[in-house]
Order: sequence, then C-alpha cells, then structure tokens
Amino acid sequence: MLLIAPSIVFMTLLFGWPMVSGILQAFGGPEGLTTANFTRMAQDPYFWASVGNTLLLIVVMIPIQFVLALAMALLIRAKPRGSSVYFYIWAIPLAVSDLAAGLVWLTVFTDRGYLNSVLASVGLEPFSWLAYDNYASMFMAVLIAEVWRATSLVFVIVVAGLQSIPKDYEEAAGVFGAGFWDRLWHVTLPLLRPSLQTALILRTILAFQTFAVALALTGQNFPLVVGETYRWYTGLQDANVASALALVVMAVSMVTAVGYLKLLKDQSEAPR
Amino acid sequence: MADISIKGLKKTYPGSTELATNNVSLDVAEGEFMVLLGPSGCGKTTLLRMVAGLDFPDEGSISIGGRDVTYLPPQDRNLSMVFQSYAVFPHRKVRTNIAFGLVMKKVPREELEKKVAWAADLLQLTPYLDRYPAQLSGGQRQRVAVARAIVMDADVLLMDEPLSNLDALLRLDFRAELKKIVQQLGSTTLYVTHDQVEAMSLSDRVAVMKKGQIAQLGHPITVYEEPADRFVGGFIGSPPMNFLEGRVTQQGALEVAGQSTEAPEFLARSAARSGGLPVMVGIRAENIYLEDRGTPGTLDATVEVVEPLGHATLLTVDLGGQTIKVQVASTVRVSSGEKVGLRFDQAAIRFFDTETQLGLTA
Repeated sequence: MLLIAPSIVFMTLLFGWPMVSGILQAFGGPEGLTTANFTRMAQDPYFWASVGNTLLLIVVMIPIQFVLALAMALLIRAKPRGSSVYFYIWAIPLAVSDLAAGLVWLTVFTDRGYLNSVLASVGLEPFSWLAYDNYASMFMAVLIAEVWRATSLVFVIVVAGLQSIPKDYEEAAGVFGAGFWDRLWHVTLPLLRPSLQTALILRTILAFQTFAVALALTGQNFPLVVGETYRWYTGLQDANVASALALVVMAVSMVTAVGYLKLLKDQSEAPR
Repeated sequence: MADISIKGLKKTYPGSTELATNNVSLDVAEGEFMVLLGPSGCGKTTLLRMVAGLDFPDEGSISIGGRDVTYLPPQDRNLSMVFQSYAVFPHRKVRTNIAFGLVMKKVPREELEKKVAWAADLLQLTPYLDRYPAQLSGGQRQRVAVARAIVMDADVLLMDEPLSNLDALLRLDFRAELKKIVQQLGSTTLYVTHDQVEAMSLSDRVAVMKKGQIAQLGHPITVYEEPADRFVGGFIGSPPMNFLEGRVTQQGALEVAGQSTEAPEFLARSAARSGGLPVMVGIRAENIYLEDRGTPGTLDATVEVVEPLGHATLLTVDLGGQTIKVQVASTVRVSSGEKVGLRFDQAAIRFFDTETQLGLTA
C-alpha cells in the first residue's frame, strides 16, 4: 500500500479528481444536479450535424486507413530496397501536431491554394473546395487530411505486430499451397488480430476526437463533436454543456472499445 | 511421389560472402529417405529451403519428378514440410491445422474429413482435434505438424530438424514412429538434422554436409564405417572416431605413438615408393580391444578416465601422448591409472591423408 501510494495520489489528483469534477459539471446547474445540460446540448442545431459528420468520417476513414496501413506494412515486410527509409517517411505524420497538419492541408485546399494553382496551370477552373455549400468536397478535404495525418499510427502498430509474427507461419502456409491472398487471409491477418484490435480501438477513439484538422480547414462549416465541445466552452462560454458533450464522447469511446474487444475476441487462447 | 534432382546449387545469402551451398548436386530416388546431416552452418537447411522454394539459388537447378521447379514459389511445387518450429497455426484448431493444405488444394469436404481422421488416428491426435495448439504439449504439437504434412499426398516430404525441439525420451519414441509412418507412406523424403543418431537410424542414404558441400553420400553404415574424410569420421559416431598421428615406414611398418605394427599392403607399397608416408589413423572406440600389457600385437597405453555408461564402459586412454576413447564391455573391470595393452581391429582401421584429410583406400 505504501509502495503504490505515490501512484494512487497521482492518479487521484491528475485523473480521478478532474474526471469526477467534469462529471459533476456536466450534471451541474444553478439548482443542483440536473440533465438540462444534455437537453440543451441535444437541442443545439449543430449537435446532430456534428454527430453525423463524426460518424460519417469514422465509417469512411477507418477502413481506408486500415487498408492503407496494412498495405504499407506488408510492403515494408517484403523488405524492398530502402524499406527502413520508407518506414521513417511514413511515420513522420505521427510527429506532426494535428493543427499543423490541418494548416498544411489548408494551404493545399484553400481557394488560392496549391491544388487550385495546379488546376489553373493546366487550364482548369479553380474550385472552392472548402466552401460551406460544397459539403462533399469539404468532407473529402477533411478525410484526406485526416487519412494523411493519422494512418501512420495504425501503420506503426501494424508493423510492430507483423514483426512479432515468425516468418515460419507464412512459409508453412506457402509450402502447403497458399498463395499471397490465402496467406494474408488465413494466416497473417488472424495472427495480426491483437495488433489490429489495439490499432482499431486507439484509432476509433482518436477519430471521435478529430477536431483541429477540421477546424483549420473548415472552421465551423464541418462541425465535429469535439469541435462542438470547444465551441460551447470558448464561444458560448458554457462549461456545463461542454462537459456534457465531453462525457458523451467518453461514453461512446468506452462502449466502442468494449465492443471491439468483444467482437474480435481471440478464441484460441480460451482456457482449457 | 517423385524423385528430386539437384544440380550445381550455389547460394550466397545477402550480406555474406561465404557460399551457403557451394555447387551441391544430389539425386534422391523416388520413395527414398534421404537425410542431410551436418553441423550448424553447413548449408543443409539452406539446401532444404531451396528445395521447398522458400529460398532461391543463385545458380543451379532443382527438379522434382522431372519438372524444373528451381524458381517456382513453394505453393506451386506440390510438396509438404515439417518445420523445426512446427509452425502449427496458433489461431486454428488441430483439425483445421491438419486440413490446411487440403483446403488450399480445394479437396472435396468428404475426402478432406476422411484424410484428417486418418492422419489424426495415425498420430494419436483424435482426442485433440478440437483443441487449439496452445492447449497441447510440445510433443502433440509436433504430431500436428507431421499430420498436416502427411495428409497432403505430396510429391516430396521435407523435414527440417523435426525432432530437435522434443525432449530426449520423446525424441527416441517419435523417431521410431516417424520411420514407421514414412515407410507406410513410401514418400520421397528429404530430412535435415544435425543429430547423427537420427541420420543413422532413419535414412536410406545420408548426405553429410560440410561448409556448403556434400562431404560424403552413402548408406548410413558405409558412412559410419568408411568415412570419406576425417571430418565425416569425427562427426558421425558417439564418441567420434579416434584419430592418431602415425607413419608408414619404407619397410612397411605402421608406427603409432612410438610403437609399430604391421601396415596394410596398399599403404606399405606407396610408402616403399615414397620413402615413408605420414598418415592419420582413424579407429572407432568400439573397435579397440583391451588386453594385458605386453601381449604381442598390442600397443602400450595407460587408462586415464573410466566412465561406466551402463551398456558399455567408455575409457579415456593415453597412448604415447595422444588421447583416445576406447569402448569396452561393461563387464570389463578396469581402473584409472592401469597400464594396459590395446589391440586395434585391423579390418576397422581407416587411414587418412595428413594433408587433404581424405580417406586413403586401396
């Protein structure tokens, strides 16, 4: 007890106490505990739009990121010339802050940005990619920026996972007649399951928190849930509703994580 | 079933200047059990991997059943293999592990189930079919690996040190079982091991490898009794063959450790021509007999260490400054420090060239 006391104190001060006070704030009102904050949150015109945008982003983005990350990791595993260089290049976005990434992509997609310059130079009409009435192009811009920024996390986890799989399994599969796709489907992916699970949980939770990239690219035109939290807190100066929103994000994240763990449960390590 | 024909295989691993296999040629007949034997790093596993298609040679060719497979990927070679690490898929139950190759070959379900049941029965895995590998012992996992290989009806069965991860007792049991199974199947088998007892007991022929080359190829008893060079004699047998520096004089006497006996005719002749011939005398521990000191035809020696092994007694003996091993029956009573006479079984003595280390024969 004495030995773990420092960590208990730290956890309480830095994790437990803020969480409890956040929860209290979410249910807090002038006349004691209330659910009014949640009602206000749900009645806000931006709320359901932000929920929809966040879910759409997750549903479209995560499969793309996993396919890309897996393809990149398998390429690295095949050890082409300079594979270690590729690894570092593909891992770079990990080190870029999301706001910076958003600003970089803003220079690409903004009205007088690189993309439109390229279009103009080949004689095409420039296009207002980030205009609020072009929902599809706005979504694509946020999607591309997020894919660029956050795929490397999945990639690094998958590379680490692949490295922990002995080559013997794939070689055995090959000897027993499995081609590339059979090996991938019947051997590599199942053995990669723990890594994919980790990456999926991390990536989904982080995707619920996507914020800075969309803010930098579109301002409030493409609202996301965490962006709404920020708007309630700074713009509307209502910490209670902001806390309520944050609490919803946390609850959804937790439910998702548990759902993934249940869904991707590994049978082979079941007790005897 | 098919024969394997390997011609002039050369392979260098990236980042290494040494040849992993140096111009290896080997023919394995249909239905033959061929063992590749050698110390680690001799190229035996590399050779097996090239036959499997897991590595490709820089030069040379491999054909299986008359079909050139040198650069085909493993899945197009119709072979099966038992890996040293077993490589039993941890995420599949025993049943689906055994069936893996059959599923890949799209064998009809009924036939597949029949074959899996047959292999499971043969390897006593029937009660474990619905378990995961993590719930099996090492020996059982090994059986799964073998079962997965034998259901394939492949042209060629490859085994890469399949017994090396089993404990000694299990290894002994499974060795005999493996021999029985492979004899039943009658498949062409290429088996890699560094264990000379395994090689002797399993093989129809054994290829002893050294530094990427085949040092000797032959029937196991031939390789044991007539090693082609000093390396083979020293590698095969436990204890390994004794080597003594000696000399055949111009008069046709064999001098060993300052004592002389009669030299065989062919050596006496060449020694007479060259005016004396230095030789390396090779003799196995069990071909040396203990006699009383001074018996005619024996060499004077002193016993240094006595190691009773149960089935026999192993002696370490000093023979004029050279140390050799002598194996005597366990009934022989002898103690260390005892002065004895050694009689070599003349028919079992082998001679090697001191320069090339190659065996000298008539």
